[in-house]
Amino acid sequence: MTKIIFYLFALILVFAASRVITVRNPVHAALFLVLAFFSSAAVWLLLHAEFLAIALVLVYVGAVMVLFLFVVMMLDINIARTREGFTRYLPVGSFVGVLILVEMVLVVGAWKTDESATLSTVTAPNTESLGNLLYTVYLYPFEIAAAILLVAMVAAIALTMRTKRQTKAQRPEQQVRVRREDRVRLVNMPAEPRD
Amino acid sequence: MLDTLYELFELGKILFFILLITVPLLVSVAYLTYAERKVIGYIQVRMGPNRVGPKGLLQPIADAVKLMFKEIIIPTSSDRFLFIIAPVLAIAPALAAWAVVPFSDGVVLADINVGLIYILAMTSIGVYGIILAGWASNSKYAFLGAMRSAAQVVAYEIAMGFTLVGVLMSAGSLNLSEIVLAQQGSLLHWYWLPLFPLFIVYFISAVAETNRAPFDVAEGESEIVAGFHVEYSGMLFAVFFLAEYANMILVSALAALMFLGGWLSPFQGTFLEPLFAFIPGMVWFVLKTGFFLFLFLWFRATFPRYRYDQIMRLGWKVFIPVTLVWIILVGIAVMADIPPWFA
Repeated sequence: MTKIIFYLFALILVFAASRVITVRNPVHAALFLVLAFFSSAAVWLLLHAEFLAIALVLVYVGAVMVLFLFVVMMLDINIARTREGFTRYLPVGSFVGVLILVEMVLVVGAWKTDESATLSTVTAPNTESLGNLLYTVYLYPFEIAAAILLVAMVAAIALTMRTKRQTKAQRPEQQVRVRREDRVRLVNMPAEPRD
Repeated sequence: MLDTLYELFELGKILFFILLITVPLLVSVAYLTYAERKVIGYIQVRMGPNRVGPKGLLQPIADAVKLMFKEIIIPTSSDRFLFIIAPVLAIAPALAAWAVVPFSDGVVLADINVGLIYILAMTSIGVYGIILAGWASNSKYAFLGAMRSAAQVVAYEIAMGFTLVGVLMSAGSLNLSEIVLAQQGSLLHWYWLPLFPLFIVYFISAVAETNRAPFDVAEGESEIVAGFHVEYSGMLFAVFFLAEYANMILVSALAALMFLGGWLSPFQGTFLEPLFAFIPGMVWFVLKTGFFLFLFLWFRATFPRYRYDQIMRLGWKVFIPVTLVWIILVGIAVMADIPPWFA
């Protein structure tokens, strides 16, 4: 049964991933990427990596891809133009592709899986063991990664931030403090004489 | 052979439980619309629906039948496939999240250890339905509604996630049943008291996350007609409403589980406890959920719509700092083992 489920999700994953790069409409491509994330989360669940699987859905599907879609929908992309220059970029593209393939083969080939250590010996819940590792053995790398992300965020904000003069910022505390007397003035007018 | 038979039996059992959750849920959705119209009606000194059936009780069924027989119009320049799949994407996560909700002690479909983040993941997926509906309609108003909704949901999801972090730090578990059991003791042991700011932030973020009044700028009838579902009609339109109400019930149930002790009796630890012991825990859970649902309706009848920039300010500049400070305080309290909550 597990095998059937695995092959089902693996097939969907491969199909979705290949559609990401073949489909014409960028919005559809982003949605196929969402489908690919979902199916890989399902495959991870089969490996009893429930925390990672749900975190993948939460972070990538729930946040990153929403922002991606947000941007892609705003762009008015000319679909015909994106097909141009396919042959011109083919050598560069295939070179990068082959390079990535070689790297992956080297990494995966050198990585010997210890069959006994994968499923049967793991007793503690995935979340707990991950947390224990992250906050004891890998504490420094974890904190350094967080600091790098913070630096990247500050840099991005600093690059796009406009100076005070260009923005028309509102001051909510002033808006809230407004009283009736500031805005409304009662004027006493003599009644107009009747004709 | 026997193994496959057993697996098929297990599958059938799970399917049966799914039906056992989904059917009552959809019935509650139907009657929540009725309750909304009645409650808002009485708040505004009106009668509400009172023609179809005794006291108007058959009104939701009449509405459903009407919507089913209406024509579904698909705009010519829309993205047909996405246009039809968008409402499905809106309702599916709202129903899927119920898999990990414990209705009573041990009464839960999937008692998984990552229940809390599973729910957070499911509620964050719900926004796809709205974004896609806005984009696929190929209409200005629908697109504006979708963009507003996306920005709002992303902003409030962070605050909501932080409140859940506070809860999981106090309970020491991501499993929803264990979170409820960690609140055992009495009414004062429930997390609404030690996590009061988080409780308030959670509920307001939940209202914003479900795009309900006063945060319903995604619909905004007065400015963008009806927002993301302006082009929808008939049953496709109805499915969006089912999703919205199912989400309301979900976030209310979560508030009951995380801050009001789920199925625990409010009389626990007092002399009244044996008197009310005959009431099953599920009744308390439903009553607590109903309380939050009533708040939703009350908000809608009372508050005017927030201005868009104020929504963003509230989410980013008020809620996130408040939750961050309180998480640090909770961390200190957990380390210091402050009784009775964190001991």
